[in-house]
Amino acid sequence: MTPQIEVTGVSKAFGGVQANRDISLNVPAGRITGLIGPNGSGKTTLFNSVVGYHPIDAGSIKFEGREISKMRVPQIARLGMLRTFQQTRIYSEMDCVQNMLISLPHRREGWRTMFGRFTAEPLEKAEHLLEFVGLYDKRHLISGDLSFGQQKLLEFAMALMNEPKILLLDEPTAGINPTLINGLIDRLQRANSEFGITLFVIEHNMRVIMNLAENIYCLAHGELLAEGPPEQIQDDQRVIDAYLGAH
Amino acid sequence: MSGNATQNLLHGAILVAGIAAPFLFPNYSFQLALLWIMILFALTWDILGGQMGYNSLGNILFFGAGMYACTVVQIGLYYDVGAYTSAFGAVKVDFTPDQYFTGLFLGIAVAALLSMVLAVLFGWIVFGLRGPYFAIGTLGVAIAAGELISAWEWVGAGGGISLPTYPGEPDARANFFYFLCMASAVATFAFLKWLYSTRFKLAINAIRDDEEKAEAMGIHTTRYKTVAWTIAAFFLGISGALFGNMTGFIEPLEVAFPTVTFGIFMVLMVLLGGKGTLWGPVLGAALFHLIKEVTWTHLLGWQWVALGLLIIVNVVYFQQGILGWARDRWPELFGIRVEDRQAKAGVGQAEAAE
Amino acid sequence: MLDNLAVLSIAPVFNIQLLLDGLFIGAIFALAAYGLALVWGVMNVKNLAQGDYVIMGGYIAYSLGQIGVHPILGLPVAFVGMFAFGWIVYVLIIRRVIERDLFTSLLATFGIAIVVQQVLNQIYGPEVRTADAGLEVRTIIGGQVTVADIRIVSFVLAAALAASLILFMKRSRMGQAIRATAQDARAAKIMGIDTDRVYAFTYALNAAICGAAGVLISMIWVIQPFFGITHSIRSFVIVTAAGFGNLPGVIMAGLGLGLAEQYSGFVLGAEFQQATVVGLLVLVLVIRQIQQGRQRQVVQ
Repeated sequence: MTPQIEVTGVSKAFGGVQANRDISLNVPAGRITGLIGPNGSGKTTLFNSVVGYHPIDAGSIKFEGREISKMRVPQIARLGMLRTFQQTRIYSEMDCVQNMLISLPHRREGWRTMFGRFTAEPLEKAEHLLEFVGLYDKRHLISGDLSFGQQKLLEFAMALMNEPKILLLDEPTAGINPTLINGLIDRLQRANSEFGITLFVIEHNMRVIMNLAENIYCLAHGELLAEGPPEQIQDDQRVIDAYLGAH
Repeated sequence: MSGNATQNLLHGAILVAGIAAPFLFPNYSFQLALLWIMILFALTWDILGGQMGYNSLGNILFFGAGMYACTVVQIGLYYDVGAYTSAFGAVKVDFTPDQYFTGLFLGIAVAALLSMVLAVLFGWIVFGLRGPYFAIGTLGVAIAAGELISAWEWVGAGGGISLPTYPGEPDARANFFYFLCMASAVATFAFLKWLYSTRFKLAINAIRDDEEKAEAMGIHTTRYKTVAWTIAAFFLGISGALFGNMTGFIEPLEVAFPTVTFGIFMVLMVLLGGKGTLWGPVLGAALFHLIKEVTWTHLLGWQWVALGLLIIVNVVYFQQGILGWARDRWPELFGIRVEDRQAKAGVGQAEAAE
Repeated sequence: MLDNLAVLSIAPVFNIQLLLDGLFIGAIFALAAYGLALVWGVMNVKNLAQGDYVIMGGYIAYSLGQIGVHPILGLPVAFVGMFAFGWIVYVLIIRRVIERDLFTSLLATFGIAIVVQQVLNQIYGPEVRTADAGLEVRTIIGGQVTVADIRIVSFVLAAALAASLILFMKRSRMGQAIRATAQDARAAKIMGIDTDRVYAFTYALNAAICGAAGVLISMIWVIQPFFGITHSIRSFVIVTAAGFGNLPGVIMAGLGLGLAEQYSGFVLGAEFQQATVVGLLVLVLVIRQIQQGRQRQVVQ
């Protein structure tokens, strides 16, 4: 089976800084893949390259066999690849339900849906997903008034509302209260198993990523350092060195 | 629902007042017609400025374009436009009532359509610009349009064009244009009221709150932005066509593309009333127009200084506008639910307790 | 209309005239644009009153000329006067909009622009004015090219002012504080820099630079209460084309704009001057968008 995302030989430099060098990796469909690495190792740069945030200098990025490295962000999103942001981004002056409703997929949008009213069905779905992330009680609040952790959950629910094929999550647990992390891991896993969404996750919290991912890539200094299942990565001397700064 | 009943009552009262006004105050029918145009200005500016977060300083472009398009159609249907304008109004041509009204209504239609086409074309130029670049870019386009018309001999260049005279009594003429203005403003309001109940509103609100996020979620941002501008252009084009005919003489800099008067009034009225609401622009326009008409002549040349000061005070000290202020004060009235604000202040504890 | 284009190829010496005039005027454009780049870069305020400060400076020189003071002496007066004016404007208005969204500062400064131009109009009337410096006009190259001495003087003054500004920004403590604040206002604050004072100083300095540029404009060209907006757009064109961290770029773009205006004025006619400026603005913005589009980005 061809992988859902196929990154081959991608390099990206900002000025003189080589953020990514000749990186190749695969994200198989329906699985949870992790991406780790010390600060500044080029994880977010790689994410940004994949979702079309900036051009790449060399290499190719394919989504379901289609070259996407020249496409722009909204086009890629409409193919079914979504990302969440490290700094959570929601529509802060709208309430939660409105945030959800406008996150309906935009793949087959025509004039009629553009000027259409919302029927009961998407509303039900929005409320169901808000329930799923535990925000049902707060659904009519202005989303900007929510706490940071709640906004993060809302952003996750919005992504689910969009029915993506794959979700790229940039540090989903950063800034979240430790007591809430287990619940979040559970929801991520359920999104993967119940909704069949492929997950590609950047994570700093080792405990989280080791529990979550089936396969992990580790970056250091912009290069791919190691790849393998969690147990193997955990014991890989190069990974340990990279995190301890011996590299 | 009683809320709905109150609203219908309000709508009805405004319509009745609007219809009665020119008969009650026949001497002021021009000012009253202008009030409707101001309301239309504010409503259309708010589509982008308030709902979509794109602050245009150049919406006046469509007003002027509509004005010139309509005039050219009105004259061009029956005469050679170049010959007419080069005579600088020395040739007095008479239009039969039939010719006049055919020309006028066809002209209004062309004005609206041309403005929409321009919106699509210029949208392509300016919608890659964000924030201040968008504001300055649109200002530049509007000024450029005025300058181009000023140099275009065929439409009279800087000398302007006088419009065909209305075939009837001055009173009938005043009422005729008053009701056209009122109809176009009411139509704008009704259209936006419907538009803001659709998915379209949520999409442009999403663009306002975080365009990058909207793009990342796959919203067709460029399409929504262009359509929003096209809608504004449609109504502005009509208002330009009407205003040109009301004044009877048009020229590029002061009448058609007045970037620093009408162009700024639009922004100011919306800010005064409260942007991002449906009634805010209406309220702001009514208030501004009233203040302006009452005080203007007493300020003896200093009125423009007062205008500048009003902009500064409004922007610096009262940016949320009247309705925005009311919404912050009594959010429940606007259907916004707010949690106990203290809970928000103590987010940390609340999270820990969860 | 394009007859003059033929003149340029028949009599190439006219090119020298246009080149010289373009450089003389472009140097002053660059000066005002440098001020805009300063407030834009340091405090992220897009000052739409830029051109009106220039015109204010011009009227200071003109007024002094009316009471018998040589307009060149207006330079220090305008510099100091506009510095004070800028500081007051900062305290009353800019300080309150600096933290808000960008359109707020744009609109507030647009309000200031309207007030300034309308007050000037009330005081001086709408006539076009020049501050007469009373210097000679000499002809070179066999009498075909004229150079007014005042233009040379103004060019030298503009260059000297720019040089001392650069020196000030590099050497003085305030200049260093300004540059630190521009890089990271929060860090600067933590390091004990009074950023509010830095902002006030920056804004006042910008007004002073504009005032000085206005004095020079009033001596070699014309001023009128409503010419400010065109000067503002000029500054925006220059800064947008050059980017605000780029001083050599600002100077080059300023001189380039001066040349472009001289040529278009000569070829198309003087009435196209403003159209040229806004046309260039739109052009620069379109080019920037295409550049950014290649980076999958937008101009913001």
